Amino acid sequence: MSVSATSDSSETSEGPFGSAEGITELQNAVIRFAGNSQDGIQTIGAFLAKLAGRSAREVMTYMTIPSTISGGPSIFQVHLGSGEVLSAGDESDFLVSFYQHSYDNHIASLKDGGICIYDSDHVEEIKKDERGIVHVGIPITSTTVEAIGGSARDRGKNIFVLGLITQLFQLKKEKLVSLIEKQLGRKGEDVLRNAMLAFDSGFAYPVGDIIGQQFDLKEGIEKSGDQVTTDGNTAMTLGLIAGGVRYGAGYPITPWSTIMEQLRSELPKYGGLFVQAEDELGAVSMAIGFAYSGHVAITGSSGPGLSLKMEALGYATMAEIPLVVINVQRGGPSTGLPTSVEQSDLMQAIYGSHGDAPRIVIAPKNVEDCYYTAIEACELAKEYSCPVIVLTDQALASRIEAFSEPDLSKMVDPKLDLGSRGEEFKPYPLDGLTRHAPPGAPMAEGKYPVVTGLEHDEWGHPSGNPEMHQRMMDRRRNKLKTLAGALTLPEISGDESGDVLLVGWGSTWGPIRESVSRVQSRDISVGAIHLRHLNPLPNGFEKIFANYKHVVVVELNDEGLYGSGQLATLLRSRYCDPKISSICKTDGLTYKVREIVEKIEAIVTSS
Amino acid sequence: MSSATDEPKKLTKKDLSADHPTWCPGCGDFAVLAAFFKVLEKLQIPHEKICTIAGIGCSSRFPYFVNSHGVHFIHGRALPLASGVSLSRPDLHVFAFGGDGDGYSIGGNHLDHAARKNINLTYVVMDNFVYGLTKKQTSPTSPEGFKSKTDPTGAIDRPINPMKKLVYGGASFVGRTHAAQVKHMMEMFERAIKHPGFSVVEVQSECVVFYPGIFDNANPRKGGEFELIEEKKWDNTEEDKARHDVTDENSAYELASLQYPGKFGVFYEADRPTKNQLEQQWIDASREKVGEKSSAEILADRFASMK
Repeated sequence: MSVSATSDSSETSEGPFGSAEGITELQNAVIRFAGNSQDGIQTIGAFLAKLAGRSAREVMTYMTIPSTISGGPSIFQVHLGSGEVLSAGDESDFLVSFYQHSYDNHIASLKDGGICIYDSDHVEEIKKDERGIVHVGIPITSTTVEAIGGSARDRGKNIFVLGLITQLFQLKKEKLVSLIEKQLGRKGEDVLRNAMLAFDSGFAYPVGDIIGQQFDLKEGIEKSGDQVTTDGNTAMTLGLIAGGVRYGAGYPITPWSTIMEQLRSELPKYGGLFVQAEDELGAVSMAIGFAYSGHVAITGSSGPGLSLKMEALGYATMAEIPLVVINVQRGGPSTGLPTSVEQSDLMQAIYGSHGDAPRIVIAPKNVEDCYYTAIEACELAKEYSCPVIVLTDQALASRIEAFSEPDLSKMVDPKLDLGSRGEEFKPYPLDGLTRHAPPGAPMAEGKYPVVTGLEHDEWGHPSGNPEMHQRMMDRRRNKLKTLAGALTLPEISGDESGDVLLVGWGSTWGPIRESVSRVQSRDISVGAIHLRHLNPLPNGFEKIFANYKHVVVVELNDEGLYGSGQLATLLRSRYCDPKISSICKTDGLTYKVREIVEKIEAIVTSS
Repeated sequence: MSSATDEPKKLTKKDLSADHPTWCPGCGDFAVLAAFFKVLEKLQIPHEKICTIAGIGCSSRFPYFVNSHGVHFIHGRALPLASGVSLSRPDLHVFAFGGDGDGYSIGGNHLDHAARKNINLTYVVMDNFVYGLTKKQTSPTSPEGFKSKTDPTGAIDRPINPMKKLVYGGASFVGRTHAAQVKHMMEMFERAIKHPGFSVVEVQSECVVFYPGIFDNANPRKGGEFELIEEKKWDNTEEDKARHDVTDENSAYELASLQYPGKFGVFYEADRPTKNQLEQQWIDASREKVGEKSSAEILADRFASMK
């Protein structure tokens, strides 16, 4: 779906890209770079994504990272388009293979009639003509070495390929060069000079002549305001800062680490601090210490680390401490697939920990939403004084998207309130929201509070009274029910009634949206809703569900013993509606649109 | 050390007393609490600036018995929580309390790291060589042969040497005292509080129910000997050569290696930058780079770099 040549393809006999003039206009292009992670193929993708943001194109990227230390096979896929780009693309239109293994493993992902550029220094000459694929062998390694000279070995071939792509797609060379200068100029003159030599050599390489045509990737319609291009973890980091976070603590774990690394460097600029703790338990405890001290505080981790934090999160619910917890989900259980995507921590996020410990769980749907979800998490933590877990995932963490620069004019700096707490200060009033008295605040009556994990009365005083335990349990639960009442139902995209309602959460938003438009063209009426608030759920889904024959929850987790994914299990339990079913998978990869479409068709035809 | 000269009302033991302790009659921890009150009275720390933090255990009930801002946290994690308070609130006086199980067993790793980072706070360990709250199981400091409910034929694991652990960990003030010696305990507390950095006082505090008499051999009233560490006076005398140099780590290990009950007093005291200071330096340098910019402007700069 992503490539649509505007020229009439019937004029030529050679695949979708044929054109009499030799220049084919493209609305969309999916380009997959396959090589080793140490070749810097992510750099090519990042430059292209940034360029897209500057050219009013939409962009989404997808990459796989080896979980080994020394690198290994890796891909970076860029989906550029002048229209809405919702997923990284099921199949690629162009494949660049750096090695034989890259070619062997990824040729299947190339569309029929697609174009495969391969490094003829590493890949055996390809003569076969399968599926109308155009194979173009270019001595990428030796040409790069020749261009840079000296002892550069094969470093810089990523930039050579960038030059090649720039030429092939008629991209704005000046914009790209200024991006390269800005990015690599920081690494020193030599680095930049070598990069430009490689770039110019790639740009001058007559790849268009070899293929017999060139492509013109259309720019989109200029959007109002500036576009920024970044990955989900960076957007999340900046959202936390915008939300008022100034203190936090964490422990390194993939793929959460880049959030803590960025907070460590960024927060001191705002007068704050992020501490690398000795372990996950220390990290969450320190973050609770920051929160108790009167700050908006965060901790975060990925799956296994979240499990380690659970005891302290139970305390934060009991003591009603506002705390933002970021969980970048990855393939589990245990060490699992540390660099792959999964949405299997939903139940852990909602129900993990001992006892009945209600907390808020929300999830962003794309990179831009990471920013706004982080801000909302800070607001909810302050308002409801409990842990707020943000469930992002490996795919969102590392993929790059362009979006409108946020409005920062309303950003407020957090203030520490150390004013005297008056008479009758009750931290846990049975009829109201939590109040706090951080250390340093004088207590007018001279009685100072101890914040405890023991069950307590309204004053925070330990109490084993059976009635008090029940009333306080009600209080902690009802806070979240209040929130549920204040939430609005998500918007429906696609048909507002009909055969199928797709329900999703988190990073599956793009593929689900694309599935809706694809299924609609096949005479199936389908709508989709995407849930940001997972605990508590907004009220009133039954009204939406009533309008469809099937409610299908699409998730990246296991179907479990009873055939339902984690959100599907919750919705079935909440609404007791047998028409709620699941589309699940755990192959560590994001959904392909095709995978969802095929399952929807199967559900509709079997009913 | 700040004292509240502008406070019209003096802070008294009465102001500082909260609930009557739930400890068993005769528990050593009563004396620790009394000594703590007396030192706070002497130092006149502003009432609202005192923050007492503990994990789980008999002695970790401490914050309930002190009328101050306080936290009763989870087992073993008092120190990282206290570190968060100390690092983000330089205006406060942060105290952590706990026992041998909380500090040396479940929280043992946190202790090493709080010490290594030299977090500015004072930590008091009430060591009774036994798990009391859970009714007599072996603790990390229980001596070999101690008969408990988890070692009915006598403990077989080598006990931790707290003083070695503390010195090795990097605590910049390490003192040892005895709950039956209130005056000495007060002296240790006062020096620990005045020390800038991670200061720890290990108090031998008897559990009269599950390990009675264990500390009698350092209690003169029970026929023992309370032997004090003689610190160097740097007076160039012959006697001074034999005295203990508190800045010498090797001498501290030698003291820690003495046969039980060993000596009491300051084992180690070093002047080392705290994490609080070092982080503040980085914050100051970062703030200087951004100049007069508001936080919205700093964030806008970051977004500009992504265009």
